[in-house]
Amino acid sequence: MYSAEQRLKTLFVAGLAGNASEYRSFLSELTRHLRGYLRKRIPQLHDDVEDLVQDILLAVHNARHTYRPDEPLTAWVHAIARYKLMDFFRTRARRESLHEPLDEHDDIFAESDDEPADARRDVGKLLGHLPDKQRLSILHVKLQGLSVAEAAQLTGLSESAVKVSIHRGLKALAAHVRRIA
Amino acid sequence: MRTDDLVGLLSTGITPVRRGAAARRFGISLPIAALGATALMATVFGLRPDLDAVVKTPIFWEKLAFPLCLAIGALLATVRLARPGAKVGAGWPVMTTPVLVVWIAAIMIVVTAAPKDRLPAILGHSWRSCPFNILLLAVPGFIAIFWAVKGLAPTSLRLAGAASGLLASSIATVAYCFHCPEMSPAFWSVWYMAGMLLPAALGAVLGHKFLRW
Repeated sequence: MYSAEQRLKTLFVAGLAGNASEYRSFLSELTRHLRGYLRKRIPQLHDDVEDLVQDILLAVHNARHTYRPDEPLTAWVHAIARYKLMDFFRTRARRESLHEPLDEHDDIFAESDDEPADARRDVGKLLGHLPDKQRLSILHVKLQGLSVAEAAQLTGLSESAVKVSIHRGLKALAAHVRRIA
Repeated sequence: MRTDDLVGLLSTGITPVRRGAAARRFGISLPIAALGATALMATVFGLRPDLDAVVKTPIFWEKLAFPLCLAIGALLATVRLARPGAKVGAGWPVMTTPVLVVWIAAIMIVVTAAPKDRLPAILGHSWRSCPFNILLLAVPGFIAIFWAVKGLAPTSLRLAGAASGLLASSIATVAYCFHCPEMSPAFWSVWYMAGMLLPAALGAVLGHKFLRW
């Protein structure tokens, strides 16, 4: 992760300034680093890696206003990744203390591993649980790629309401993810 | 949703991020803490009747300086702990120095006092209620500062909660100084400290639950 500091930081800072393609490259590269980081830390929980990668991406995105360019990006990202990993361990420990461990043989043919990089939980489906205002704002701007102005026209909201709805929607999404983790 | 699609979703249609999120949030919550504590102090307890006279004495300002310095240290610590991965850092010496100074003063007072005056110096007139009065005054600030910190993505929740609680209670104590008639460092060293540490402990406990994001 450390040799990547300079490059990732440049991309991320450009993203903070509103450059979508640089931000996209940042998130893609971060995804690969996170997979490596998590596969080393939870090798026995291989199936959870992709869910956690997505949790951390959402968390990094939702917390991006807290980054200060005078500090190393590595330390900031690492703190968030570690926080989400600890959260995952806690939730898992709680879940396992509540339920009897499942007997593995019911599950053994339940899913095949064609697509090891697939998340088990579908963030896209979780979008459906958001209130209309947030769901539609995210749908128009984030999934269909419309501008905020166009989304405002379609939804009848003001432009700043669309922006706020996207922001709140992604935070609510992260909260959903945390609850079902 | 595949991770690639999530990356696409997150990066599409982004707008520039406004700088100074921490300053904005603390800029809202600190006035709430200070005004809330002052308003509660004035309505629930009332200003001390001899305030005009005591503001002319240095001891009044020394008393005020104690929670004020702690508040500055707690603010430094809270602002840092509110963000991912930060440590307490410079907050430590700023928080511990005023406590040490007051304790040294308290020990000198108790040691040099006549044996029969020692306990009264420590207990004052209001030791039973003092910590709880401070706790009450800290409530608005506690809530406002927790709100500010939660929005800045803290990653050490107990520490961030404790620092937030201490910040709220030290601001509350500054306000309480305008009511409280106790003028001995021996009293402050125990009961003001208790009043400030109670919300800090509460913050450590509640931070774990309420600062999660």
